[in-house]
Amino acid sequence: MGAILQTENLCVEYRTRGLRLEIKPALKELNLSVCAGEVFGFLGPNGAGKTTAINVLLGFIPPTSGAAYLFGIDVRRPIARQRIGYLPEMTYYYKFLTAEELLRFYARVFGLSRLEADKRIDQLLKLVELEHARQRLIKTYSKGMQQRIGLAQALINDPDLLILDEPTSGLDPLGRMKVREIIQRLKNEGKTVFFSSHELGEVETVCDRVAIINQGGLKTVGRVGDLMAQHGANLEKVFLDIIGYQPQSVT
Amino acid sequence: MNTIRALSGVVIKELYRRKDFYVLFILTALITLVAGMHRFFNDPNIVRYIKDLCMLLVWVSALVIAIATTARQIPVERENRTIFPLLAKPVTRWQMVLGKFMGSWLATGVALLVFYIFFGIATGSREEASKWPVYFQAFWLQWVMLSVVIAITLLGSVVFSAPSANVTICFIVIAGILFFGGHLNVIALRNAEPVQSVIYTIYYLIPHLEWFDLRDRLVHGWGGVSWLDCGLATLYAMAYAWLFLLLTWLVFRRKSL
Repeated sequence: MGAILQTENLCVEYRTRGLRLEIKPALKELNLSVCAGEVFGFLGPNGAGKTTAINVLLGFIPPTSGAAYLFGIDVRRPIARQRIGYLPEMTYYYKFLTAEELLRFYARVFGLSRLEADKRIDQLLKLVELEHARQRLIKTYSKGMQQRIGLAQALINDPDLLILDEPTSGLDPLGRMKVREIIQRLKNEGKTVFFSSHELGEVETVCDRVAIINQGGLKTVGRVGDLMAQHGANLEKVFLDIIGYQPQSVT
Repeated sequence: MNTIRALSGVVIKELYRRKDFYVLFILTALITLVAGMHRFFNDPNIVRYIKDLCMLLVWVSALVIAIATTARQIPVERENRTIFPLLAKPVTRWQMVLGKFMGSWLATGVALLVFYIFFGIATGSREEASKWPVYFQAFWLQWVMLSVVIAITLLGSVVFSAPSANVTICFIVIAGILFFGGHLNVIALRNAEPVQSVIYTIYYLIPHLEWFDLRDRLVHGWGGVSWLDCGLATLYAMAYAWLFLLLTWLVFRRKSL
């Protein structure tokens, strides 16, 4: 099966502004390949370069060297984003709009016809369980509801690839479970999901493969079951081993 | 075009769902009230003075709405992180700049139209029908002038990180152009070189927003300008608006989110 998300020797460097020019590498020759239909977990501690990699994939920042492709198209071309859906970490959507208006706005961005948009909005509001609140302004939504409307906007174009940046961050257990159920349902529908998360239990449950990065470099990539079998431990232990975490004794 | 229309629709919705629009209505009502008072005076000088005052209020209010609405567009998208899901869709930064510009310009146009309708009903209803084209020209030229103001403010919103700094700087620049722009050539003549050349350069570079001000013609009943001049002024404003939009895009496309 062909890769629908691919990075080739992807490097990103940040230049600091100051008296002395300092170059800080954020990504070092990252090579990733995600196939159609798989749920791919992108793991790493804070500051490892996960969001930087996602920002390159979405065309927000240009790579210093190397390349990234979505559906074989260079990510620097806006058309590469036609078939993707993206949920950022924590976003406060236009609070003066209702859920229905927000989804209609994004549907217009994708050029969906009114009839098509109506159908899609109904489906999505049902999927994220926000039908009862469709006419309410987003400013009245709880954090969990905001995250679910975020998921709905990411799905408005019925994308083939979903990129989720810590989709359950800041949610309560019930909210996390609902988001996880939606990801599971999308997986069953054959969608490709690429997501970064710190919830390793959740990654273990829904992901087919994972990549672990640390300090901008790819440490490992493989099937969740294989990695756990290799290390003889759960994903959390595997993760800590790979990033080189040394527990300190508490006296 | 769909994307630009969708983006501008959100800007317009934001304006009428926020409190600004209602502040605008209160201001309009006040203006109408003041304008309507002129029937109590038989002195044409007082009538002219009141009309002048009303038009000044219309100009100031329109500038406040245009600058305040535009200045927050891109910074608030960044602050609330709504820019991420938006630009993750097939939306280019140029489309975003154009969408924000169109939305702000149309929203300001609606607000300005409300002002002029109230003002026209209150003051113009007792005037001859031949004066209506002057009202239209005054409205139209002010609106196209606001396109330049909005484009300048949009450029400021990608240069300055804080909307408040942008609003302050834009007000100073626009007020400076309106008050002194037309006199810079005279000021240049009174100075020696190289200051003279510097002032002349500024005189020829800045958009002369004062050319779009037909208040005196409206207040004193001097009649309108020729339609050719009106068309040329529209082209002049469009050229400057495009120039500033292009500069906005050049800055914005290199900006990290």
